[in-house]
Amino acid sequence: MRLIGRGAEANLYLEGEEVVKERIPKNYRVPELDRMLRTTRTRREARLLSAARRAGVPTPVVYDVDNPGTTLRMAHVPGPQVKKEIDSMGSKERKNLFRRIGELAGRLHRAHIIHGDLTTSNMIHSGKRIFFIDFGLGEISEAVEAKGTDLLVFKKSLRSTHHEHEDECLEAFMEGYREAYPGAGPVLERLAEIEKRGRYFVR
Amino acid sequence: MEKVICLGIEATAEKLGIGILDSEGNILANRTKHQPLKGGIHPREAAQHHAENLRPLLDLALQDAGLAMGDIELIAFSRGPGMGPCLRVAAVAARTLSLKHGIPLVGVNHCIGHIEIGRLKTEAKDPLTLYVSGGNTQVIAFEGGRYRVFGETLDIAIGNCIDQFARNLDLGAPGGPVVERLARKGSYVPLPYTVKGMDLSFSGLLTAATGAARTEGNRIEDVCFSLQETAFAMITEVTERALAHTEKEEVLMAGGVAVNSRLQEMVRTMARERGAGFFVPPGDVLGDNGAMIAWTGILMHRSGITHRLEETRVEQRYRTDQVEVTWR
Ligand SMILES: Nc1ncnc2c1ncn2[C@@H]1O[C@H](COP(=O)(O)OP(=O)(O)OP(=O)(O)O)[C@@H](O)[C@H]1O
Ligand SMILES: [Mg+2]
Repeated sequence: MRLIGRGAEANLYLEGEEVVKERIPKNYRVPELDRMLRTTRTRREARLLSAARRAGVPTPVVYDVDNPGTTLRMAHVPGPQVKKEIDSMGSKERKNLFRRIGELAGRLHRAHIIHGDLTTSNMIHSGKRIFFIDFGLGEISEAVEAKGTDLLVFKKSLRSTHHEHEDECLEAFMEGYREAYPGAGPVLERLAEIEKRGRYFVR
Repeated sequence: MEKVICLGIEATAEKLGIGILDSEGNILANRTKHQPLKGGIHPREAAQHHAENLRPLLDLALQDAGLAMGDIELIAFSRGPGMGPCLRVAAVAARTLSLKHGIPLVGVNHCIGHIEIGRLKTEAKDPLTLYVSGGNTQVIAFEGGRYRVFGETLDIAIGNCIDQFARNLDLGAPGGPVVERLARKGSYVPLPYTVKGMDLSFSGLLTAATGAARTEGNRIEDVCFSLQETAFAMITEVTERALAHTEKEEVLMAGGVAVNSRLQEMVRTMARERGAGFFVPPGDVLGDNGAMIAWTGILMHRSGITHRLEETRVEQRYRTDQVEVTWR
């Protein structure tokens, strides 16, 4: 088993063709909370990875969740994180990519799947396809609010991480999202509303 | 470099702060005064308080520093974010003093003030800043010429969440220290935990905690304990996510809630386990204060920024990433 990644909450190992994602205990939080978070997220991730694939979004095939429910085995998806590619791309290629990411996000929401951590570090570009991973913070929800918040997370990650290309990427993303998801209208309205809500000094 | 003495005026919420610093980073005076807290903060009453106390507090600060207004070479004030009426008190005072004494003026972003004073008063060089206070909850890092917000609350701030909880249950004000004390004798009961990417949300937690505390048979100590454990675990988690994401190697805490010893312990543990440095500035510059505004004013001025009067409009929603950082 070779360590291939250390995320914020998990260690990832490569074992043959399989990736083993192990959510490690965090000593900063009380044990009850720690165990609850690690198990619910691992199980949820397994469920949503499969649901997403059925909705037409490429995800690694899930093989197994271990018994305490903190370790997930899935297929290895070779390729770079989308995050790492963006700056070296030409503008046209980048727009194309984000349009496709928007389409995939639209397919998720059409199936009422909330990703929970939509960022370009949770997407892998493998061959011609874009794989979505890391569904541990996700949920199944029909609520417009949940979908709007999902998009807000993505939008804000563009602002902080890809600020040079924020507008261009967002526009392409929205184009793809609208096209893939007939219910996009109300979600985008809600997104604007969530953004407007006062965050500062609401007491 | 020529030495400059700067007066900083802070009034974004219930606290009024006057700080005087020199350009070597020596704090010559740092006075704060706040309105006695009863219920929540009433912007107009707070502004009234600041207006009445500004002159006497300024005199005290000048006295502490052994200086007169004529010795001040730069005036800095908080332009925002904050409560409009409070912000205007500081802005009007700063403009008036600037005109009367012919002193250049700079408007400072309050959140950036917290970061810069932390960098001055600790060994942190290029930290990820966890800024937690009554009105703000943000995880901020310097990237591409600006302080960018990687994570933040989607609704209320952590300080507000705890204070409001304490008010709902008549535990006394300010809520933070009361809840922290009660929590020491509590044990864990589950409460909702809400993290979305690197953002978080406290309003559901506030509602659930209030409900749990009002439920017969539940101990208030347990609810206080769990409120802290849940909220602070959420905060520590998004901080860790942002650390992994930005690949920064230091964590700096800032803001009034950063004095909480349990929160400090949790973030320190997380940082140690990730191999990152951990820094907390001294208590007198953690919460809102004038020194942080004065110091940020000095940094901005040094990089060539002064503001004309018409550029000193207050901004209630002044965003951290709105400011081009010319001094780093
Ligand atoms: N099935 C897979 N095939 C190939 N690489 C993978 C796979 N799953 C994850 N990775 C790699 O490991 C990294 C971390 O995975 P993942 O995002 O699931 O972990 P995480 O700890 O939840 O991340 P974080 O909390 O930092 O967002 C990914 O960004 C990716 O580079
Ligand atoms: Mg990830």
